[in-house]
Amino acid sequence: MAQTRPPVQRLPYDGVVVGAPVTIPYRRYSTNSAHWWVGRAVREVVARAGLRRTDIDGLSLSSFTVGPDTAIGLTQHLGLSPRWLDHVPLGGASGVVALRRAARAVQCGDAELVVCVAGDTNHVDSFRRMLSTFSRFAQDAVYPYGSGGPNASFALITHNYMRRYGATREDFGKICVAQRTNALRFPHALMKKPLTLEEYLAARAISDPIHLFDCVMPCAGAEAFLVCREDVARSLGLPAARLLATIERHNAFAEDAIQYRGGWAMDIDEFYAMAGVTAADVDFVETYDDYPVIAMMQIEDLGFCRKGEGAEFIRAHTLTADGSFPHNTSGGQLSVGQAGAAGGFLGLVEALRQLTGASIGATVPDAKIGLVSGFGMVTYDRGLASGAALLAGGHA
Amino acid sequence: MTEPLARPKRKNPLKKTRVPMLPQGTRSRTALGLTASAAEGRFRLQVCGDCAMVVYPPRDACPRCLSPRLPYQDVANGGTLLAETTIRTSTDVYFRERMPWRIGTVALDCGPSVVAHLHGDLREGERVRLQFKLDKSGQAIAMALPTADTPNMADDPQWRELTSDPKYRRVLITDGRTAVGQALAKSLSEAGASVVFVGIADPWKPFPGEECLRKIERVEIVALDLTDTTSVNECAGEYAARVDILINTAEHVRTGGIIERKGLTIAREELEIRYLGLMRLAQAFGPVLRARGADGINSAAAFVNLLSVYALSNWPAYGAFSATEAACLSAAQSLRAELRHGGVRVLNVFFGPLETEWYQTVPPPKVPPATLAREVVRALQQGLEDLFVGDVADDIRARLAVSPKALERELGS
Repeated sequence: MAQTRPPVQRLPYDGVVVGAPVTIPYRRYSTNSAHWWVGRAVREVVARAGLRRTDIDGLSLSSFTVGPDTAIGLTQHLGLSPRWLDHVPLGGASGVVALRRAARAVQCGDAELVVCVAGDTNHVDSFRRMLSTFSRFAQDAVYPYGSGGPNASFALITHNYMRRYGATREDFGKICVAQRTNALRFPHALMKKPLTLEEYLAARAISDPIHLFDCVMPCAGAEAFLVCREDVARSLGLPAARLLATIERHNAFAEDAIQYRGGWAMDIDEFYAMAGVTAADVDFVETYDDYPVIAMMQIEDLGFCRKGEGAEFIRAHTLTADGSFPHNTSGGQLSVGQAGAAGGFLGLVEALRQLTGASIGATVPDAKIGLVSGFGMVTYDRGLASGAALLAGGHA
Repeated sequence: MTEPLARPKRKNPLKKTRVPMLPQGTRSRTALGLTASAAEGRFRLQVCGDCAMVVYPPRDACPRCLSPRLPYQDVANGGTLLAETTIRTSTDVYFRERMPWRIGTVALDCGPSVVAHLHGDLREGERVRLQFKLDKSGQAIAMALPTADTPNMADDPQWRELTSDPKYRRVLITDGRTAVGQALAKSLSEAGASVVFVGIADPWKPFPGEECLRKIERVEIVALDLTDTTSVNECAGEYAARVDILINTAEHVRTGGIIERKGLTIAREELEIRYLGLMRLAQAFGPVLRARGADGINSAAAFVNLLSVYALSNWPAYGAFSATEAACLSAAQSLRAELRHGGVRVLNVFFGPLETEWYQTVPPPKVPPATLAREVVRALQQGLEDLFVGDVADDIRARLAVSPKALERELGS
């Protein structure tokens, strides 16, 4: 046995900021490649920050459909020559993980201007192809079981959660309806029509208890942001948010027979301690909402209420951008669409807009501190990757 | 409770026969250990050789101690159904045609959680027994069943998709002159086959057991001579579209090894009846079977080979015979791969000496034809792919698993 040593205090992310939030408007299907979407997003970041392409010395890529390329292929494809390169194939946790790695790179001087980009295309048949080859466990032990994809996997998690904690379809419906309310003011949302709770409840079943409006719509799109030192951002005149704290955890609670909590619960105390804030100080929350049950789990595991009280918490709040507990202010993936790995960037990019006064949709009044959470990679029966970040608006 | 199957109506000849689709059959090499277990109807999972953790899905390192020693072992199959869902939308063509489809998460008593197909009589929260079965792609899948049998259990649509149950299916037994052929006719009739065609070469020639055979309900004698290509083709032309399970009961058992055979006459006969007979059947009936793998309740389901267990390792006392059987086994492996495209199973049945005239000089234990017939029907009902019947077959199989060389030397002494 290794000797027990005192835990090392993590260095704060002093002087690291995040800016240039970019969303390339999503499309249900695209005949373009992932490279095209990623290229557009990088171009937009460069333009937004007033940089030249050659100024970029760090690149982090997340994509499911860029194969057979990885990040290295994209450097040549896009004509970049970075001295720091990362590939983050973590789906819904990509945004937070890309950010925390890039933050350390710029903090330590390995790079000065890191573009974090996530982009995926959606051809007519690409979603089915991705499901069947998503992971070895999916191939061996999930896909041959009805091939329901994530709908079926999350149906099992949702059903178990409902039975265990008494959450109802109405509770999940409230999350979806509130996000649609937010989305109606977000120009890039693919879902443009209002959604009522009655419509939510009456929707067709997809994989019980998952119904149509519990599911995200796979689409094509890209999201990106820029990570740099605060003085660099100031010299560029770039509005940016400060990074207060992050966490990342994978394959947490492997002993749970079925998933009812995520990795956040393991690290939550240290997370808030690093930021020097509490859950009560958070002005808005962007959870990863591939399914509403996961949003509810995050609200619990990130400390806004106790385990099992998520449904009650939902009932007590409006969840709208201008109401109590602003949540998924752009409408989240449930209303904007899920552009592959860009879905793991969507909440982070939206949080940056809210914190830098650049909201293009529903705006959280006086937003100072935002929490962004990521979750992803169901390789067998549960999401393995989780992460979260606390960000603060304005220059300190 | 499972709704009993309705007897299928006569098929409208103008209706399109649905093209058989398969569920995804790609698996990691390690996961094929489950397929090997499912082929024989055993419930085995990887068990860590160092820390005894039971592991699923199949892995190449133990998630508790990182040991690379993860052999498959028999484990207890009891568990609890934690959660279920009814899938109504699938991206996969095979499942789309079969919606809705129920799956669930089973927490096994021995440790891991397993995503499994669910029998219709199961409900969330209940105790289950889990089995590994072969699906239409020929790969292993887990199926959760109620702990005790329920009425009409085998008629559950998700279960029947995994079996070759003779109920309401039409069977062809290729040689009704043999004791095994006659026993099979009786067992299959009793198992609910809607018709049992029994092939007889030169039907005008009387044979022992004929009277009893003709008395079995739903038996229909058809002319079929496996040594005659024209006869096999004519039989297929008449009946192939109505054969859902084909059981090749042709046999030709003669003693002796290779040297004392004195010429090739007997060897040629053996090959003519057994190996070439199988080829004729495969070529005449195979294409139709393969095209009818998804043809409703009485879809084409299985091609059954009855093989001497000495196909696996030569018994020189019956040396030339063993060689022919080995040829048949090899052909059956090819046939299995070829019929898989249609979702039709090849069941290989291995057995030692039978309680028949041709094994007169062999001491017991020997397999009575009725036992063999009963086991074949059970294997069809369970959807097996490899079946060993009797003590000799079990013995050979076990010794082969330990040391093929030792077995070869012992059989030759």
